[in-house]
Amino acid sequence: MSARWTAILAAGLLAACSSAPRPTGDLGVIVERADGRLIVVESTTNTQLGRVSGLGDLSHASVVFSRDERFAYVFGRDGGLTKVDLLERRIAKRVVQSGNSIGGAISQDGRLVAVANYEPGGVKVFDADSLDLVADIPAVGADGERSKVVGLEDSTDNVFAFSLYDSGEIWVADLKDPKAPKLTKHTGIGKQPYDALISLDGRTYLAGLFGEDGIAMLDLWNPGQGVRRVLDHYGRGQEPLPVYKMPHLEGWAAVGNHAFLPAVGRHEVLVVDMDTWKEAGRIPVAGQPVFAMLRPDGRQLWVNFALPDNGKVQVFDVPTRKLLKTLEPGKAVLHMEFTPRGERVWMSARDSDKVVVYDTATLEKVAEMPATKPSGIFFTARAHRIGL
Amino acid sequence: MSRGRLGGGLVAALLLLATPALASEPTALRAAELKDMVIQDCGSCHGMTMKGGLGLPLTRDRLAEIPAEALSAAILDGRPGTPMPPWRGMLNEAEADWIARYLKGETDVR
Ligand code: HEC
Repeated sequence: MSARWTAILAAGLLAACSSAPRPTGDLGVIVERADGRLIVVESTTNTQLGRVSGLGDLSHASVVFSRDERFAYVFGRDGGLTKVDLLERRIAKRVVQSGNSIGGAISQDGRLVAVANYEPGGVKVFDADSLDLVADIPAVGADGERSKVVGLEDSTDNVFAFSLYDSGEIWVADLKDPKAPKLTKHTGIGKQPYDALISLDGRTYLAGLFGEDGIAMLDLWNPGQGVRRVLDHYGRGQEPLPVYKMPHLEGWAAVGNHAFLPAVGRHEVLVVDMDTWKEAGRIPVAGQPVFAMLRPDGRQLWVNFALPDNGKVQVFDVPTRKLLKTLEPGKAVLHMEFTPRGERVWMSARDSDKVVVYDTATLEKVAEMPATKPSGIFFTARAHRIGL
Repeated sequence: MSRGRLGGGLVAALLLLATPALASEPTALRAAELKDMVIQDCGSCHGMTMKGGLGLPLTRDRLAEIPAEALSAAILDGRPGTPMPPWRGMLNEAEADWIARYLKGETDVR
């Protein structure tokens, strides 16, 4: 570790021990996936404040935050749900709630944390405070079999929506009364939904399909209309490329009436018109997109890629859809996270064992920090957005 | 470079051209890369500890019954209709075979 980093870490430790109150609005965490550890960071001065370990298998881990931005809820691959205190940098509570899980969400009122499980397939809902189980929703599909659950998203009014991978369904769980969840099931929505996202207003739920060319859309304000298929056959019958990494739909990338979605098995980002739900264009990109994310103001689109192009990140100007720059931030760029107002973006370069920070105006690197096999990066500002 | 080594290299290259299936055992360096790939890249679907995710568990116990050839075929050609992609193009046959044996616990690197 460089002297500079030692100094910064020491400063962080001192800050943690002093009695001056520490705000949390610029905090965040970096997942060190192989070591079951989080690095607590602060994005105002690009500083690492400390580490919290003992979180289990964090491959594919995701994180949501309490509404006071003090606690991070970490969903581990091994079914672990860990509540981490960012200020004291310790585990506040931890439960191993299933054999194999994929992610989770927090309710609008911040009182419920829901986890999507592969094995046994279903959703479990916990009290955000105590992590006591409050509801257990086994995902038994119309075929009578238990299905893996993916794309669990929070909407308004303590409603959660999620998809059943094996049986091709979208379920809506109304948890206004957490002890008696009300379920609405939409069956036959398409083959192998693999991930989903929800709009910032909590209204539109989109599930990407792996087994078919298309996206399943549910309007949660008009659930009676059922699930509609949008962007049907966007592959135009061409054989998709082998998909070495599933794209991610986390984070609603929409500006004006256009949403941007990574295509499966194709070197394209799809643009959808949200008034008509028709394709409004495609942006050719350098590889198979994994994340297609908008800078918070919607002016830039940032895209990272699956193997073998996972060392690249491309930045596009949204109004003109022109490529601004192809960056090479490091080896195996897994995740990108914008600072709350978007002036900088943090990116994890797993195989370079570092996290790099870029200025989004100059598209130049402004900071870099060591991290062991970093994957997800999550800032506390997510606490105040639906569907993150 | 000595004459002998050059000759050996040529013979190996010719053999490779003639019978790609007999591509040689991965070097220690390549094996380390493959091991990393299994944990990191295969791990994104099979779990870093191979206990499964979107992909089936690839634990030694479960794989004990499945011959290495069947596993390496699944690795090279994928499983059409499922998210398991064909890795041919990214891996040669010897490498896929090495991974199959590694998953079964039959290589010493683990
Ligand atoms: C995009 C997700 C994904 C990735 C990445 C992936 N797999 Fe798979 N794999 C699957 C799925 C899904 C199956 C189950 C297919 C089926 O149902 O037959 C599978 C099946 C397999 C099987 C067959 C297991 C059996 O019991 O027959 C092997 C072996 C395997 N994968 C090895 C690998 C290796 C090695 C890698 C990395 C080089 C890898 N996989 C990467 C999704 C993936």
